[in-house]
Amino acid sequence: MRMDTDQLIRTLAADNSHRAHPVGFVLALALLAAAPVSLLMFFAELGVRPDVMIAMHNPFFDLKFAVTLALASAAITVSLHLSRPEASLRGLGWLFVIPAGLLAAGIGGEMMLPQRLPMMTRLVGSNSKICMTAIPLMSLPLLIASLIGLRHGAPARPAVAGAVAGLVSAGVAATLYASHCTDDSPLFVATWYTLATVLVTAVGALVGSRVLRF
Amino acid sequence: MREREDEWTGLMRSAISGDSAAYHRLLKAIAPVLRAAARRGLARAGQPVDQSEDIVQDILLAVHLKRHTWDANAPFAPWLFAIARNKLIDALRRRGRRVFVNIDDFAESLADQPAAETASAGEVAAHLNSLPARQRDVLQSIAVESASIKDTATKFSMSEGAVRVALHRGLTSLTAKLRQG
Repeated sequence: MRMDTDQLIRTLAADNSHRAHPVGFVLALALLAAAPVSLLMFFAELGVRPDVMIAMHNPFFDLKFAVTLALASAAITVSLHLSRPEASLRGLGWLFVIPAGLLAAGIGGEMMLPQRLPMMTRLVGSNSKICMTAIPLMSLPLLIASLIGLRHGAPARPAVAGAVAGLVSAGVAATLYASHCTDDSPLFVATWYTLATVLVTAVGALVGSRVLRF
Repeated sequence: MREREDEWTGLMRSAISGDSAAYHRLLKAIAPVLRAAARRGLARAGQPVDQSEDIVQDILLAVHLKRHTWDANAPFAPWLFAIARNKLIDALRRRGRRVFVNIDDFAESLADQPAAETASAGEVAAHLNSLPARQRDVLQSIAVESASIKDTATKFSMSEGAVRVALHRGLTSLTAKLRQG
């Protein structure tokens, strides 16, 4: 059987009535399907910290959510943008400055306040190991979901898109983790949350470079 | 050149709102431009240009299956060239060359006299044979025998919906097989 280009074109035109869902729709569905898995992991192993009602009055506790949610929403916006083949990071990359800026402002704010604990103690904290394990593990289902969503698109740079998928999942997983963790110092967040996020981002880039080619 | 690109954008908008004839015209119009760019890419990579038709078909399939990522408010040409560039790089890589493909290649081919189709393509045809029988029959009927969806449905005693599904699945699995190389 042969198929010359004119025949192929006729066949494609015959399939014109087929409508694919937008990438955003598929990404949202995939994330909604994966979220319960991460939530289950969270409630089975960690749970919300017991003093959460008091902690909510601590602005540094609240800041953690501002940072992680800013990261997750910036990453979702950028990933949708990068799912189009002609898109580049230029133009939207600055969105990632928001979570970084919030964190920097938090560190500055904490520096200006009198502290009971020395800086290194706050930075090292008491949960770094759990933080470094829990965020990547809870990210995994969300990372798979983000990659499935982006596979429906046509990213020109699969590794970059995969890295951003990693940021989406790490941002959401870190939001969950933040409600468990009793280390509220922005120094702790800037160190351990960032390390965990970098790890997930690297995995996303590596897997993305393979599975996001179209 | 500008005019031609505007015409493409208009055709693609009509295509997306359901005009299959406009879609057919658009694909016919872009094929020679893609062919010229594919030949240029192959020549630059020191590869025989007679493989250009495989690349053209690969690009056309990607255009078709990824057209939902085109923003109907944006011009069509930059989107098309991004898809084409991606596929061309991929094709050259699979042939063992790491080459840089300049986006200008496509803009240049716009101005060129379009290359005539001389070589036949083998990759898509080769993979057709490994499709499930139902998908292959439907593709054969529509592609080779130029039957309509309705006639194909009657011929195989299928519903038109089932023909459409088989057609789309056939195109999707062809693309997946091409990607595996």
